[in-house]
Amino acid sequence: MFQPIYLDHNATTPIDPAVLAAMLPWLQGQYGNPSSRHEYGREARRAIDQARQQVAAAVNAHPTEIVFTSGGSESNNLFLKGAAAVRKPGLLAVSAVEHPCVLKPAAQLQRQGWQVRQIAVDGGGRIDAGDYADVLLGKPALLSVMTANNETGVVQDVRVLADAARSSGGWFHTDAVQALGKLPVDFRQLNVAGVHAMTLSAHKAGGPKGAAALVLDKRVELQPLIAGGGHERGLRSGTENVPAIVGFGAAAELAAQRVAELPVRMRMLQAKLENGLNALGARIFAADVLRLPNTTYFAFADIDGETLVGKLDRAGFAVASGAACSSANPEPSHVLKAMGVAPEIARGAVRVSLGAGNTAVEIDQFINALRVTVGRLQGLTALAV
Amino acid sequence: MKLPIYLDYSATTPVDPRVAEKMIPYLCEHFGNPASRSHSFGWVADAAVEEAREQVAALVNADPKEIVWTSGATESNNLAIKGAANFYAATKGKHIITVKTEHKAVLDTVREMERQGFEATYLDVKEDGLLDLEVFKAAIRPDTVLASVMFVNNEVGVIQPIAELGEICREKGVIFHVDAAQATGKVEIDLSKLKVDLMSFSAHKTYGPKGIGALYVRRKPRVRLEAQMHGGGHERGFRSGTLATHQIVGMGEAFRLAKEEMAEENLRVGKLRDKLLKGLQDIEATYVNGDLTQRVAHNLNISFAYVEGESMIMAIKDLAVSSGSACTSASLEPSYVLRALGRDDELAHSSIRFSIGRFTTEEEIDFAIDLLHKKVGKLRDLSPLWDMYKEGIDLSTVQWAAH
Repeated sequence: MFQPIYLDHNATTPIDPAVLAAMLPWLQGQYGNPSSRHEYGREARRAIDQARQQVAAAVNAHPTEIVFTSGGSESNNLFLKGAAAVRKPGLLAVSAVEHPCVLKPAAQLQRQGWQVRQIAVDGGGRIDAGDYADVLLGKPALLSVMTANNETGVVQDVRVLADAARSSGGWFHTDAVQALGKLPVDFRQLNVAGVHAMTLSAHKAGGPKGAAALVLDKRVELQPLIAGGGHERGLRSGTENVPAIVGFGAAAELAAQRVAELPVRMRMLQAKLENGLNALGARIFAADVLRLPNTTYFAFADIDGETLVGKLDRAGFAVASGAACSSANPEPSHVLKAMGVAPEIARGAVRVSLGAGNTAVEIDQFINALRVTVGRLQGLTALAV
Repeated sequence: MKLPIYLDYSATTPVDPRVAEKMIPYLCEHFGNPASRSHSFGWVADAAVEEAREQVAALVNADPKEIVWTSGATESNNLAIKGAANFYAATKGKHIITVKTEHKAVLDTVREMERQGFEATYLDVKEDGLLDLEVFKAAIRPDTVLASVMFVNNEVGVIQPIAELGEICREKGVIFHVDAAQATGKVEIDLSKLKVDLMSFSAHKTYGPKGIGALYVRRKPRVRLEAQMHGGGHERGFRSGTLATHQIVGMGEAFRLAKEEMAEENLRVGKLRDKLLKGLQDIEATYVNGDLTQRVAHNLNISFAYVEGESMIMAIKDLAVSSGSACTSASLEPSYVLRALGRDDELAHSSIRFSIGRFTTEEEIDFAIDLLHKKVGKLRDLSPLWDMYKEGIDLSTVQWAAH
């Protein structure tokens, strides 16, 4: 069967064969409920405990700081709503380029009496220092700034931002789902600097969909989002998703093992890709800013992003025209808008996100396909003028 | 025969090999994000999700558009109760009705609503575990917004009169939620007939994978909910978050199999249960908990009087059974469900839930009967209470001295 070349790893990643091998016994033959006291249950409990240690070790956290959830969206909702529920309504500051699963809960909290302030970013997608200083004057009770952006790949200096926010007495959260496996992630170091909570997701890092975590400073009290039975130290009830959690553990361990080597290789492919894009006259967003080694977000003048990704799909390349979760949404990217990119340019945005399996040959093939496709589309545009 | 023998199908079930086989391609080549609209990886995943939605809807005779994916029945219960109660509080009122024998996922959620200013009534059940319709009717107030009653009890397996309760709720304008985690594949569920507004489902109690469930949300008449997880607007805004394709595919296949095989399976499992019941009933001083007719075929819950609960569990280590519900058995509190049926602490502690399933064999049931005969006898031989009982002393009249 013809399999297109997958260049959309920020949407989701293939499961690593080693991860799959760890999961399969839990779908074929082993099945206990970790809350059961008999051997089937105890064996499942041990598997969960091991995965918790693997995830903790991968991000330099303590196993007791790991709260397993069903996904990154749930982790972000749990932190924001759970923290808001135990604090007096005050100022909630989130960056303007957050994922909708941070922005939407923030909007929800606004309806419940919280004052929500979006932190501006500069043209490169980095938190605007002046605006951030201004936000901090308001002593935010809760802050959320993502470690790396899913669309642009722009990396924020979360340690510095959290450290600056210390005096506000607020709780600082970072959504790090796009960072795991692509950047070293060290919760202890972040925690010392003033980060209280961090979101991770398995399926963005070679693990399965359906398992994720909120890494949480134990001094932070949250109200659970899902009640009933008191699993996960009371922070998240419901029978544990054993196979996916086991897969998450294995994926996190692999990600940590590879983080010294894989990003270097990705960075080389990224440079190759971006040389090709520059030669074709593309505009690369946040080109000169520290980005994830796998993410390139670009546009061609007068070419609609949706149209371009459709043509690329037919040419055998799977890329995205925006964040996967809002792909149904025809609005231009809120991330690019926040960076001051004009809507007509933002409408052209296409995201390539590389993975462990991509090769230099695939990048060459992609650039060739892009040259042909863009040439045709620009020809059409020229004719129309 | 593999020991310990698994007789805890109400806690969780093995994934049926046919289900696992369907799931695996979605852990391998079909790994796309169903929300990816721009390439075939996404479309393939999305098509699989929609097929599974049809399969789940088919088992309960609902419209696929009425099925919302969640991470499990606990999340479904939270979404249903918090979502509907909050949405309708302003128009209908802030009173919730539920039952003392509900799962913690419902009870803890209703307690949470109480902390947020709602009032709740926790109804008693009869000695047989069933809800009295008159008691239910009497509890409805003008400001009752929602009632939540489970279809099948996880500990004693009794089937509540959902059809009748639905009629009452519809007549009184009360939103009716049913936790059906233990009912799928065990009881016929026809949502075109039942007047149920919201129904929670779980895959892993019906030979599907853990980590996936669904909430049925009625469209006609339309029921609205406040979402509990916000983000990319998946599931028509009811529940945001990337859909776990392989798990959804597994739930779809598991529910398809349940629909196809349920009638035959319940007959087979029922025979095994009846055999177990018959085999245990000739042990003296045993009591079945919960009604035996209005009950699912695979559940048997028995109290063995004059046997200490923890010793019993140790003695029958070769059987993987539950001495309370899975979710509460980490604590040594007597089962609140059995307490609600009027059992005293001693009897509650000495009760065992046997739940039989698709892969249980007759040989395993024979083994269980034999083992229990031996072990109960042995434990009672060591028990002074048993001696007193045999001598005809009424233990409830004994005055115990404190040491």
